[in-house]
Amino acid sequence: MQLTQFLSRRRAQKAESRSPLFSFLYSRKIAPYLFVSPFILSVLVLYLYPFYSAIQMSFQRVLPGQVFYVGLENYERVMNPIFFRALQNTSIYVVLTVILLTVLPLMLALILNHRLTRWSNFFRAAIFIPALTSVVVAGTIFRLIFGESDQALANQVLSFIGFSPLDWRYEAWTAMFLMVAMATWRWLGVNVIYFLAALQTVNNDLTEAASMDGANALQRFRHVTLPAIKPIIVFLVTITIINGFRMFEESYVLWESSSPGYIGLTVVRYIYREGIQNNALGFGAAVGIILLAIIFVVSMIQLYLTGAFKKEH
Amino acid sequence: MVHGRQDKLISAGLLAILIGFAFLSLFPVLSLLVASLSPASDLMRYGLAPELFFSSFDLENYRVIFGPEGSRYWTWYLNSIIVSSMLIALSLFFSSMVGYALAMYEFPGKRFIFIMVLLVLMIPFEIMMLPLFQLVITLGLIDTYFGTILPLIVAPVAVFFFRQYSLGLPKEVMEAARVDGCTEYGIFFRIMVPLMLPSFAAMAIFQGLISWNNFLWPLLVLRSNDMLTLPIGLATLLTPYGTNYQLLFAGAMLSIVPIVILFLVFQRYFIAGLMSGSVKG
Repeated sequence: MQLTQFLSRRRAQKAESRSPLFSFLYSRKIAPYLFVSPFILSVLVLYLYPFYSAIQMSFQRVLPGQVFYVGLENYERVMNPIFFRALQNTSIYVVLTVILLTVLPLMLALILNHRLTRWSNFFRAAIFIPALTSVVVAGTIFRLIFGESDQALANQVLSFIGFSPLDWRYEAWTAMFLMVAMATWRWLGVNVIYFLAALQTVNNDLTEAASMDGANALQRFRHVTLPAIKPIIVFLVTITIINGFRMFEESYVLWESSSPGYIGLTVVRYIYREGIQNNALGFGAAVGIILLAIIFVVSMIQLYLTGAFKKEH
Repeated sequence: MVHGRQDKLISAGLLAILIGFAFLSLFPVLSLLVASLSPASDLMRYGLAPELFFSSFDLENYRVIFGPEGSRYWTWYLNSIIVSSMLIALSLFFSSMVGYALAMYEFPGKRFIFIMVLLVLMIPFEIMMLPLFQLVITLGLIDTYFGTILPLIVAPVAVFFFRQYSLGLPKEVMEAARVDGCTEYGIFFRIMVPLMLPSFAAMAIFQGLISWNNFLWPLLVLRSNDMLTLPIGLATLLTPYGTNYQLLFAGAMLSIVPIVILFLVFQRYFIAGLMSGSVKG
């Protein structure tokens, strides 16, 4: 220990005596800037530049070696039935995942946290395991279970309970069901963990006092638990909305080329299709900017409705 | 007495619900295991038939994947390991420095930088995907490992997490070390990093999981078959006209095995890493 201290002192002395630049870089005023420099650099190169470039690109037609400014042409062309179909699919997906991925995890977290629940660690782990799978693995599994033939598992279950088999990947509502089910399956356990952590912050004395005063379980939940975990609910709803609008992968693994009648098309998939596959970078960028505007507006409305802008107390 | 019986009833009810959800969560994984042990060629066309759960197992898929035909699968596997390790090393190194400085120093512009962290946390990657794609082409990083991890190197989530964690580090130690002649960088690397090890473990797992399963960006950047990562490689097999379903089913199964083992061993760190997004500053 003393030796290392000695060495570091020697090094510091050497540093000071070496050059003005060296002692400048080692000074206490400059060190924090050097520490944060990777972040500043990455914000400039990986966020600000692409962001600026995306806006610029959306007013351009980008051809190899040539760039034309086309004004609002890209935005005008985005307003077409295929884009609206993608937006509609995405919006339905957002609404459904927000509901499912808030209500179900909250319910499960309350159960796991209940004093009468046994083996809660085991169940928590079991529900979390799907989060470890990649979306390709999940897509493979879902395509096997929800195969179109009458022999496939889901269809056999349907006929067993007296329904006719379905063409899962070829009808609009079953397509939506598959995408939402896949996302819910993979993300349920993650949100359960968020809620479980939030529930640890609920004041037990308050819950007990409420129950002494004759509050039933529902009243205790509404007036004690719910206010305490409200921040995490707002957080998860916000994240789920943003992730929902960003959805691409579930669609890609269910329909690797394109979905019949655009039933699986999402906004980001549309960006991918136009911007990458059809090489229309300007058009794709315009879709991206519109998506950003939508996400921004929806998040603001959501935060306003949930009272996140109101002052505390 | 009545109370006890009621408790038992509630307990059984809760257990039933949990068993139901655990079944829904685990059953698809079990299905994949069964699929990987069944004749592969018919599965994609006809789907997974319930009878297969009770029929005898067939190791043919695993024989193929461990045979000469499986070599490209293992190339993808190796690529995924390389890409994930690179990302973990670089992102932990940079993000921890930034988060640490934001927590431990007072300097002009600090608030601004912290607000930047929160802002870029909110910008969806997909918006900037096309310009980034162009940038990667310009830099000649297309179809390279480095191009694959570039957008993730300084992850705002990780910066945020390390900042929260560093707020709990002892500031007195810094003073003492300075008196002893330790440089600012020496303080970080030799004194603070060892104290921050649990947070490194949590973030390593978090970033590792993200990178292992990352899909959209690698799909754009990676082109040649021997550069693909596991998810992208497996996705190329996921077509109705494919001929390599043995690799797909056995490969999908083998791709989740190491992650599940890691999860079961390091559950605590997984959960800490996941919570990184929710800590309120």
